[in-house]
Amino acid sequence: MIAAVIFAISAAALLQFFFFYCRSLIAASAKQVLSAEVKDVTGIERTASGDDFKRVMQLLQLCPERPEDRTGVQAIGAYFSLLNFLRSTVARIVPSLRAWTELERGQCAYFAAVALERRISFSRDMLAQQMDA
Amino acid sequence: MLSPADWVIWSLATLFEAAVVVCSVHKKAFKRYFFLNLYMLFSVLVSVGRFQVLMHNGRSSLEYRYFYFYSEALLVISLYFALISLYSRVFQELQLEKYVRFGAVLLLAGTAWFSYAVVNQSSARMLTHFVFELSQNLYFVGLVLTYALWGVILKLRETRALLVQLVLSLGIYFSAYAASYAISNLRPDLFSHMVYLFPIIGCLLPLAWAYAISRVPEEARIEPARLAVAHR
Repeated sequence: MIAAVIFAISAAALLQFFFFYCRSLIAASAKQVLSAEVKDVTGIERTASGDDFKRVMQLLQLCPERPEDRTGVQAIGAYFSLLNFLRSTVARIVPSLRAWTELERGQCAYFAAVALERRISFSRDMLAQQMDA
Repeated sequence: MLSPADWVIWSLATLFEAAVVVCSVHKKAFKRYFFLNLYMLFSVLVSVGRFQVLMHNGRSSLEYRYFYFYSEALLVISLYFALISLYSRVFQELQLEKYVRFGAVLLLAGTAWFSYAVVNQSSARMLTHFVFELSQNLYFVGLVLTYALWGVILKLRETRALLVQLVLSLGIYFSAYAASYAISNLRPDLFSHMVYLFPIIGCLLPLAWAYAISRVPEEARIEPARLAVAHR
């Protein structure tokens, strides 16, 4: 009985902490302005939509990986999948939740675009170092 | 004797744990987050010990399970103190550290007593069962305390982004472990799968902390209240 109660509470808390953690990662990138180049490549002007996410992630995978952003990108990928699940289930019944999942999906896409920007500048730095050498 | 999966899980976990300490030293945050780093150093030592036992006895051996759960009980106690150090940081300005420490020791003793009382009634192999029960209960107490700390962060409008990320990742870790221990207790037949799941979950916390310490500047600020609002 105690184990069942612990399981139920822990599972609910896990979901909640995971949401908050992902949103804290997104919040940090939301303030960053994208360069004109990344805006061109991703097609994101001011606000991103959830539909941009897949495309931006594909672009992100074309760039050399930075060890520092691996955790963030993976966590946001999992968060995006969770949002998609919510969108196709509960959000069909609750309209306000649908609007919220759309907003969050867009922010996930923006986070990925910011990560892409960092990877592009990382690749440039690496190339410049190789040229110097 | 070790499968490729064993190698990968062990290497990643040890690498991430060491990365937290290296990042802290590099960012000159070792002393500031001393108990967090101490826990990670213990974790590295325990990882090396587990590897030795794993090499000689295999993952499904009794020796490995004994070593795993005894070392786990010690690690969770040190993580508990790391959590209390985060409480002290949040309550720094209110000068409540003395009460926090006293409450923490009282709670730790209470959890140990409760675990003993539960096991004392029902188990033949009391010490082993006690260690498992204590770990499960401490993870749960850790989860409750982390949740309370998150509440305090919201209430006091704590804005240090690094502290917020450290607390949230600790919340994920405690809740994932507490849920896994509880499911092992509920369905002992799933235990053989859980033996793989525990070390995988164990990689999450050092990974998230290494990320936070290396990427989030100490002066970065965030509004935790905005993270908790679902509809905007």
